[in-house]
Amino acid sequence: MRDDAVGDEALLQRVMKRQAALSLKVAAVFVLLLLGLPLANLYLPRLGASNVGGFTLTWLFLGVLFYPITWVLSSVFVKNSNCIESELVAENTSSSLSSTSHLGNEEGAK
Amino acid sequence: MSLIPFAFVVLITIATIGIGVIATRGAKTASDFFVAGRSVGVMMNASAISGEYLSAASFMGIAGLVMKSGYDALWYPVGYAAGYLFLLLFIAGPLRRFGAYTIPDFAQGRFDSPTFRKVAVTFVLFIGFFYTMPQMKGAGVTMSSILNWPYWAGIAVVGTVITFNVAIGGMKGITLVQAFQYWAKLFAISIPFFVLAAVLGGGATPANAPSPMLKPGTKLKIKGEAAAPANALSFPSSTGVTFRVLTPTRFKVSDARKAEPADDPGSAPLWSADVSSPAEGGVSRAEAGTIITTSPQDRTQGGQVVAKTGPKFEFLDPTEIEVIGSEPVPAPNAPSNEKWLNPYGPMTSKHGYPLLYTYSLIIALVCGTAGLPHILVRFYTNPDGRAAKKTTLFVMVMLGAFYVFTPLWGTLGRAFMPQLYANNSTDAVVIRLPMMLENPLLGQILSGITSAGAFAAFMSTFSGLLVSMSGAFAHDIYGRILRPESSPQQRLVAFKVAAIGVGIVSMLLGLLVEQFDIATMVGWAFAIGAASYFPLLLLGAWWRGLTKYGAALGMLLGGLLSVTAIVMSMLLDKKVLTMDFPPLVRSLMEQPAIWAVPLSLLTMYVVSKATAKSLPSDVTSKMLRLHAPEELGLSKNYVD
Repeated sequence: MRDDAVGDEALLQRVMKRQAALSLKVAAVFVLLLLGLPLANLYLPRLGASNVGGFTLTWLFLGVLFYPITWVLSSVFVKNSNCIESELVAENTSSSLSSTSHLGNEEGAK
Repeated sequence: MSLIPFAFVVLITIATIGIGVIATRGAKTASDFFVAGRSVGVMMNASAISGEYLSAASFMGIAGLVMKSGYDALWYPVGYAAGYLFLLLFIAGPLRRFGAYTIPDFAQGRFDSPTFRKVAVTFVLFIGFFYTMPQMKGAGVTMSSILNWPYWAGIAVVGTVITFNVAIGGMKGITLVQAFQYWAKLFAISIPFFVLAAVLGGGATPANAPSPMLKPGTKLKIKGEAAAPANALSFPSSTGVTFRVLTPTRFKVSDARKAEPADDPGSAPLWSADVSSPAEGGVSRAEAGTIITTSPQDRTQGGQVVAKTGPKFEFLDPTEIEVIGSEPVPAPNAPSNEKWLNPYGPMTSKHGYPLLYTYSLIIALVCGTAGLPHILVRFYTNPDGRAAKKTTLFVMVMLGAFYVFTPLWGTLGRAFMPQLYANNSTDAVVIRLPMMLENPLLGQILSGITSAGAFAAFMSTFSGLLVSMSGAFAHDIYGRILRPESSPQQRLVAFKVAAIGVGIVSMLLGLLVEQFDIATMVGWAFAIGAASYFPLLLLGAWWRGLTKYGAALGMLLGGLLSVTAIVMSMLLDKKVLTMDFPPLVRSLMEQPAIWAVPLSLLTMYVVSKATAKSLPSDVTSKMLRLHAPEELGLSKNYVD
C-alpha cells in the first residue's frame, strides 16, 4: 500500500497553502479599507465632508457603498476558491487513485 | 395606541405559527431537529441565516443609534454585515466540512477532548442568553409603545410562540419561518421608509437634514432616577428654553458641557423658575405648573470665553414637561448637526480616544460576527462546503440590502421626531415615526408594518438562539456528557424539554433588563464571541499546532476578561460602581476587543507551543477533513 500519511501530509499542505493565500489576499484588501477609512476621516476631514447628493462623501462610502464593495470581494473569493478546489480534485484524482481508502480509517461518527 | 398596528402584529405572529407548523411536517429524526437534515438549499439557507441574524438590534437599535450618535453609529450595520466576509474567508467552508451538529462538537472533535466540550458549551449558553435578553426587551418595549401593554406582555407573547415552534419542529421547523421573516423584515424596513420620505420630503438625506427643533406645545415624558443616565435633559447652549413642569419632581442641575480643570469658576445661574423653592443639598423641587427658563452662560478660562453651556437637568422622579413659547427651540439631548454628521462625534469621543474606540468597535463587530454560535450552527445545514460559501455570499447581499435603510430611518427621525432624544427612546424611532404623519390611517398602517417587522426580528432571532441553546443542552450536555448511551429518540425528547426550559428562563431574564439599551446588550454578546469563539475557529481551522489546552485557555481568558470589562463599564455608567479610571482605561473597558482578541490569540499560540505533545496523532486527517474538497472523499460528517 501507498504511504497514506506522507500523501495526506503533502495534500494538506497544498490545499491549505492555496486556500490560505487566497483568503489572505482578499482579507488584506478588506482590512486596508477598515483601517484606512478611520484614518482618512481623521486626516482628510474636509474631503470626507464634501456634499455628494445629500450625503457627505464619507457617509456615502460607509453607509451605502461599503456593502457592494464587500459583495464584490466575497464573490471574487467564492469564484477563486471553487476554482482551486476543482483544480485540486482534478490533480488528485488523475495523479493517484488514493482517496476512497481513507474513509475506513476515520473514527468519525460515534 | 391603536388597533391597526396590533392587527399587523397578530398577523405576523399567526403567520409564524402557521408556517412553523407546516414546515414541521416531516421533521422526525434527530438530524432534522439539529441541522434540518443537512439538506437546506443555498437560497433558502441564506434567507434563513439573514432572517435569524436581523434581530431587535438591527431592526430597531441601529436606526435609534444613528439618530442618537450620527456617523459613528454607521460602523454597527457595516460591521454586522461585513463581519460575514471574515466568516466566509476563514471559517464557513472548513466548519461545514467538519460536519458536526453544534459548535461544541467541533471543539471536542477537533481536539479529542470531552473536557473542552464543556468549556465550549458554557460559552454557547453564555452568548445565547446575553443575546436573548435584548430580543425580549425589544418585544416588551414594542408592545408597550403600540398598545400600552405592560412590559412583560410582549415578552410572554414572543417567548411562548417561539418556544412552541422550536419544541415541535426544531431546526427544520424554524428554517422556513426564518426565511419568510427575512423577506418580511426587508419589506417592513424599506417600503414604509420610501412612503415616509416621499410624504415628509426634505431631510431624508443626512447632509441636507435640518437641525432637530421642538415646536411649542411638545410634551416630553421623562424617566426618573431609576433609569439613570436616561433621566437627564441637556439643554442647548445656543438659546434659552422655557418649559412647564406638569407633574411634581425633584431635580439636580449642572453644566451640560463637561467641565475642564482650567475653567474659571462660573457664577450666573443657568436656569430660573417662576415659583422658587429652596434647594436642599443641590436638589431642587418643582410643583405642577412651575415654569422654568434656561439661560445658557459663557464659560471662560483666564478671562477668555472658551465655550457656552446650557444646563443639564437630572430628574429624580418620573415627570412630564411641556415646551412653551412662540418659536421652535433646539431639541434637548440632540447632538449638533456638525457633531452628528461628521466622524468622531459623541459616541466615539466620549473618553477622548476616538480612533482607538473606532478600531476596537470594528474588531468587536467583524470578529464577533464570525464567533456567534447560533449563526455558525446554521452552516451545518448546508449540504457541503461549496454551498456553505455560496450561502455566505448571498447572506452578505441580503444583509446589505436591509442595512442600507437603517441609517436613513435614523436621519428621518432626527429631522421629524426630535422629542425621542429627550425621552431617551430613540430605540423606538422605527415604530413611532410613522405616527407623525398627518394622515393618521396611513401612519397607523405604516407603523403596523414596522411593528410587524420588529416582531419578525425578535421571533426569528429568538428561534435561532433557542435551537442553538436547546441543542447545547440536548446534544452536548445530555447526549454527550450526561448520558452518552442515550438513544437518538431520547435525545429528541431532551431537545423538546430543553427548548421549553430555555424558553421559560429566557422570558424571566427578559423581565430583568428593561433598563438596558438593546444595542449595548447585543454588543456584549459580540465582544464575548469575538474573543472566544472567533480565535478558536480561526486557529482551529488553520493552524494544526493548536492544542486543546491552548484553545481552552485562550477562549476562557479572552471571553471572561471581555465580559468582566464590559459589565464593569456598564456599572460605572449606571453609577453603581464609583471608581476613577483614566479615560484611556475606560475606553478600553467599554470596547475591549482591541486587546481581548489579540490576547486570546496569543494565549492560544503560547500555550499550544508549550503543550505541543498533547496534539492528537491524527491531526493531519482532521485538518484534511476541514479543508479537502468533498470529491476527494476525505471529509466525513462528524455526526451524520
